[in-house]
Amino acid sequence: MDKVWLVIKREYLSRVQKKSFLLATLLTPLIFPAIMGFFLWIALDDVDRPYLSIIEVVDENNFFFIESSEQYAFSFSNTSFEDAKRMVREGERFGLIYIPTLDISNPKGITYYSNSTPSMGLTSFIEGSLKRRIEEQKLYEAGIDPDILDAYRTKVNLQTVTLDFSGEEKIADATVNYALGFLAGIMIYIFIFIYGNQIMQGVIEEKSSRIIEILVSSIRPFQLMLGKIIGIGAVGLTQFLIWIILIGTLSTFVIGYLGLQMPQQQLMEMGSAELNQQLPTNSSLYQAIQVIQNINFFQLILTFIFYFLGGYLLYGALFAAIGAAIDAPSEAQQFMLPITIPLLIAYLGLFIFVLDDPNSKASFWLSIIPFTSPIAMMGRASYGIPFSDLLLSMSLLVIGFIFSTWIAGKIYRIGILIHGTKINYKTIWKWLKSA
Amino acid sequence: MKILEIQHLNKSYGSTKALSDISLSISKGRIFGVLGPNGAGKTTLIRIINQIIDPDSGIILFKNQPLKREHIINIGYLPEERGLYKKMKVWDQLIYFARLKGLSANEAQYKVDNWLNRMEIAHWKHKRIDDLSKGMAQKIQFISAVLHEPELLILDEPFSGFDPVNAELIKNEILALRERGVTLLLSTHRMESVELLCDEIAMFNKSEKILSGHLYDVKTQFRTNKFELKIKGFMAESIPPGWELISKTEVDTFCVPLQEEGSNGLLHKAMELGEVVGLKEILPSMEEIFIQQVKKHENG
Repeated sequence: MDKVWLVIKREYLSRVQKKSFLLATLLTPLIFPAIMGFFLWIALDDVDRPYLSIIEVVDENNFFFIESSEQYAFSFSNTSFEDAKRMVREGERFGLIYIPTLDISNPKGITYYSNSTPSMGLTSFIEGSLKRRIEEQKLYEAGIDPDILDAYRTKVNLQTVTLDFSGEEKIADATVNYALGFLAGIMIYIFIFIYGNQIMQGVIEEKSSRIIEILVSSIRPFQLMLGKIIGIGAVGLTQFLIWIILIGTLSTFVIGYLGLQMPQQQLMEMGSAELNQQLPTNSSLYQAIQVIQNINFFQLILTFIFYFLGGYLLYGALFAAIGAAIDAPSEAQQFMLPITIPLLIAYLGLFIFVLDDPNSKASFWLSIIPFTSPIAMMGRASYGIPFSDLLLSMSLLVIGFIFSTWIAGKIYRIGILIHGTKINYKTIWKWLKSA
Repeated sequence: MKILEIQHLNKSYGSTKALSDISLSISKGRIFGVLGPNGAGKTTLIRIINQIIDPDSGIILFKNQPLKREHIINIGYLPEERGLYKKMKVWDQLIYFARLKGLSANEAQYKVDNWLNRMEIAHWKHKRIDDLSKGMAQKIQFISAVLHEPELLILDEPFSGFDPVNAELIKNEILALRERGVTLLLSTHRMESVELLCDEIAMFNKSEKILSGHLYDVKTQFRTNKFELKIKGFMAESIPPGWELISKTEVDTFCVPLQEEGSNGLLHKAMELGEVVGLKEILPSMEEIFIQQVKKHENG
C-alpha cells in the first residue's frame, strides 16, 4: 500500500506543479465571473440609465395612452408628425410612434420610427399597451363599466409545491432543478473525458518510454494502475475545489464591485422583491430563490462527489486498459467505443429522459445502470430521489467500478509489456481469458 | 553459496514456448552470463526473476527461499529497453525509483546523493531528463538500477545503447560491484561483449538451455587442441606438416595442431626453428561454440 501511495503522490505532484495546471485552474474561474459580471453590468446599465429614452407619440385620435416604464418615457405633446420625425432624426427623441386616425374595429397603419431597430421587448410592450387600450375601448363601447374592467384583469401564476415524507411543503420550480441537474451531469461527463484521457496518456507515456519495465519490477502492475487513477482523480478534485472556491469568491467580488455592497444572496432577494412589486409576472425569480433555498445542498453535493468519483473510477480503469493495449495515442480510436457509447447514451438520456421526466422508466434505468448512472443520476438527484433508488444505484456503481478495475487490471498487466504488436478486441479477449 | 536457484522453469505465450524446462543456479558474487540470440527466452527469464510475469511452472529460490515480493529490494534491474520520465527532475526521479524499491525516504536521499557524487554528476540534480544528453540519461538509468544496492543485479543487454565511453564506465562499475560481493546476471545476444566479464554462462536457443557452466570449462570443453605459435626469424626450409601459416611478417604466426608431444614438446620443436615469441592455445569464441552447439542440437 505504501507503494501505491508513492505512485499517487508522483502522479498528483507532477501534474499539480505544472504551469499549465496553474493556468487552467486560475483562468477558468476567472472566465465565469467575467461573463457573469458582463451581463450584470449590461443589465444594471439598462436599469440605472441616467436618462430615459423618450419616445414621442403622435396620436391623431388623441385617444391612446402608454404608461412610461423604467426605460422608456412616452411623450404626448401634440407635436406634428413632421416635427417629431425631425426630432428623431436629430436624436432628440429615441423613437416615434405614429398613430393615424383609426377605426378601432380595424386598427391599421400604426408605425414606429427610430434610428435603430427597436428591441423585441419594446415592440411587444408598445403593441400590448395599444392593444389593451383598444380592447378596453371596445368593451366600454359595448357598455361595460370601467370598474368591472379593472376587476376583470387577473394574473394567474402557478405555484408548484412538493410534499415530502416529513410533511414539509416545498415550493418546486423545475427550472432550477433542471439547471442544477444539467450542470452536475455535464460536469461529470466532461470530467470523465478530460481526466480519463490523462490516465490513458500517462499509461502510454510509461509504456512507450519503457519506464514501465522498471516500474513493474518494483511494484505490482495493479498497484501502479490504481495509484495512477487515484492520483489523477485527486488532481481533478483539487481543480474542481479550487474552481468552486474561486468562482464563489470572485462572483461575490464582481457583484460587490458593481456598486451593490452586499452579499450575493441578499442582493438577489432584494432585487427580486423589488421586481416583484413592479412586475408581477417576474415573480418566478423569487420562486427560484425559494427553491434554491429549499434544496438540500449538503446532500446534493455529497451525491455529486460520490457519482463524480464513482463514474471517474469506473471509466478511468477502462482508459488505463486502453492505454496499456496500445503503443500511441493515435491507436486509441478503435478501443474508445466501449467508453464513448455508454457515456453518450448517458449524456443524451440526461436531456431526453431524465431532465424531462425524472420519474420515468427510462430515467430510472439510466440512473441505476453503473455505466450511465454517474451522469443520469445527477439529473434526478436535484429533483429529490427515493432513498431506495439512490442506495441501489450507488451500490451498483461501487460494484461496477470494482468490476471494471478488475477487468482493466487484467488487460493492463499484459498490455503494458507488449510492444509493436497490433492489438484488436480478439487479442484482448485472449488476455482476459489467460489471466 | 547459491544466490539464485532455478528449477524446471516453463513459460509459454499462447502456443509459443518461451522457456522449456530451464534449470540454472547462480553463485553469489559471480558474474553470470545468459547468452543467446533474440527470441531465445532471455528476457522472459529475466522478467520472471524480476517477478514481472509469473512462470507456468517451476521453482525459483532466492538465497534458498522461494522468490517473493519482499525480495524486490534485493534485486536491481536494468532493462534492455530503457526509459525515464522526461519531464521529471533527475533527483525526483531517482528518489521515486528508490522509494518504489522499498527504501525509506532518508535512505533514498542518502543513496541517491552518494551515487550522484560517485558518478560526478551531482550538479545535474535539478535538471529535467529531457534537458540531458542521451549519454547523461544513460548514466541516470544505470544509477536507477543499482542505487538501492541490490545483492543481485540483472542487466539486460548492458552495453547496447551506451556510447563507448559510458560502456567502459558501466563495465568498470560491473567489475567494481562484483568486488563488493554483488552478483550480476548479464543477458546479451552479443556474445563477445560479455565473454571477458563472465565467470559462468548459460546459452539459450529457442526457449531451451543448450549449454552452461564455467566459462573456462565451456571453452576447454570445446577446445580444438590448436595453438597459436609466433616465431621470430623462422629458419626452417619448409613448414612442418600440419602447421598452418596464418600471417607472415617479421614475426610468423602459425596455427599448430597439438599432437602426442604435448605443449612442451611443441615448444621444444618450435625453439629449434627460431625464436619463440608466443604460444597460446586457440580457444573457440562463444559465438563459434554457440553455432556449433545449435547445429548439434538441431541435428538431434
